[in-house]
Amino acid sequence: MDWHQLWEIAVAPDNVPITALLFLVPFYAWYGLRQAFANDRLIAQLEANPEMAKTHHRKVQPWKPGWAKEIHVWPFLLRIELLATIIVTIILMVWSITLNAPLEEPANPNLTMNPAKAPWYFLGLQEMLVYFDPWMAGVVLPSLILVGLAAIPYIDANPLGTGYYTFRQRKWAILTFIFGFIGLWVSMVIIGTFIRGPGWLWFWPGVTWDHNRLVFEANRDLPDLVGITSSAGRSIFGALVMGIYFFGCGYGFHKLFTMNEFNRKIYQRMNVFQYVTLQALLILMMLLPVKILIKLVFRIKYIWITPYFNI
Amino acid sequence: MAENSGNGKKGLAALLDKEQIKAGLLALRDKVKGDSKAFQQPTKTDLFKSVYRVKHDETPRSRALGVLTNVFLHLHPAKINRDAVAYNYTWGMGGITFYLFIVLTFTGTLLMFYYHPSKLIAFRDILYLEHDVPYGKLLRNMHRWAAHLMIITVWLHMFRVFLTGSYKKPREFNWVVGVILLLLTHLLSFTGYLLPDDQLGFWAVTVGTNMARATPLLGHEGPLGPELGMTAFNDVRFALLGGSIVDSNALLRSYIWHCIAIPIIISTFLVVHFWRVRKDGGISGPAPVMLESEIKPERKF
Repeated sequence: MDWHQLWEIAVAPDNVPITALLFLVPFYAWYGLRQAFANDRLIAQLEANPEMAKTHHRKVQPWKPGWAKEIHVWPFLLRIELLATIIVTIILMVWSITLNAPLEEPANPNLTMNPAKAPWYFLGLQEMLVYFDPWMAGVVLPSLILVGLAAIPYIDANPLGTGYYTFRQRKWAILTFIFGFIGLWVSMVIIGTFIRGPGWLWFWPGVTWDHNRLVFEANRDLPDLVGITSSAGRSIFGALVMGIYFFGCGYGFHKLFTMNEFNRKIYQRMNVFQYVTLQALLILMMLLPVKILIKLVFRIKYIWITPYFNI
Repeated sequence: MAENSGNGKKGLAALLDKEQIKAGLLALRDKVKGDSKAFQQPTKTDLFKSVYRVKHDETPRSRALGVLTNVFLHLHPAKINRDAVAYNYTWGMGGITFYLFIVLTFTGTLLMFYYHPSKLIAFRDILYLEHDVPYGKLLRNMHRWAAHLMIITVWLHMFRVFLTGSYKKPREFNWVVGVILLLLTHLLSFTGYLLPDDQLGFWAVTVGTNMARATPLLGHEGPLGPELGMTAFNDVRFALLGGSIVDSNALLRSYIWHCIAIPIIISTFLVVHFWRVRKDGGISGPAPVMLESEIKPERKF
């Protein structure tokens, strides 16, 4: 166990945000979900007791008759904002005094950095380069992330849960988002920081970064594994496999989505475009974990090989 | 004038008359005394009133006006949901993000005084900044750490807005504006990465922009790119870098995007974002919970 190596990665000044992220993301996930569960208990209570639902103020926050529902921004909000700016300023001051921004040697195109890493917030994209060709990892998938995020309000047909934390009323949405945000995006940033070493090779935390390490595992392509070698054969076979994946995955999501009564109700409310968009985004998102799995476990690089592009 | 003086003295003698000087000084003292009473109540002066326009006393009306008539505060409503001020609902992430944007604008402007976006001198400017400019190192550190922190707070802000379902009707479009702001924040940070002109920035931007080679249709190594006549000298990567490698043009383009273009674009979207928060009904909650049995039947087109 090379603690020194691990320490060196963790305290590299530019990695401090990721070390912070390791604590901040789980903390806020817990912080939000804890309130969600508190609201869920209240919802269950109100659903069991319709009389109570008529009179209750329907929040977990305390409320007594006669209390104003609204308070003045001045001073009740503004003093919090002032306090927040002071705290953030202090944090920044302490951070800036204790830790110096990195400055390497002058830029030198003849001397390649190894590993050459993107800024930490783009390490997820760089990590995707292992599993996809650059046109997918660098262009198509990031665009899909943005389009998919922007589409969320328009494909989420669930009218419940506006303006309060809840898990029970929005299980599907919340699990999907947490899977995408924490399970894929943040995890890949952390893999890119802590695990990827020289040559973008996989070094478990605590393993010394060996700049001369060679990996003799050859990548394989799915068509070759089943003995298809002709160019046309590989194109057709790959298209077939991708087609099967799309329909199989879509069918699986459909079954999963319509498994419980509430989601079936939401499904009835969705129009065909909403549902197709939702399915397409989910299937494309799942392409990433699927490719991670077959790459890391089975060493399979491409599923679909054509003269123009490979997936 | 001298002829009219009271005791009949003339000329210079009249001007030097003790009694008269004393009387004049006493009158002046009384005037100063009277006028300086205003300092005891500065809020009643014309100067104060001209700046603040409304009275600030402990009345609800005055508190509301204090917010509504102030250009910096008028984005706030006069009153808000009593539970919304608790930290646990919003986590303060949106506000902190905006504050960090202000910090970055401030430190960034100061940094611009010491930086030339030229391959010849950019790196030396950073060394100069770190070693010779008073507080230069602190300035640069603060700019960098605030930028990193802003990315984190933007992510957490999005996470909170998702968890509270705040993107739902009527706030759908503001979520889209937020996604654009998310992208712009990342681009702002990324374009700044190259500016120190060191190995870290150079290779990060090389890795980053190499992906643009592979843009479908528009990159010379992307699917169907070569078929459309894309080469290393006319594709989308060339447009980003102002050349086929990361060099002086890339540095200049990075600088202009970072210091001028993206800040203007992001400010525009920020204005829309804040304005829509108000127009869409203010902060989304904490709202009273809704029950499944209360879902209204949907309206079809």
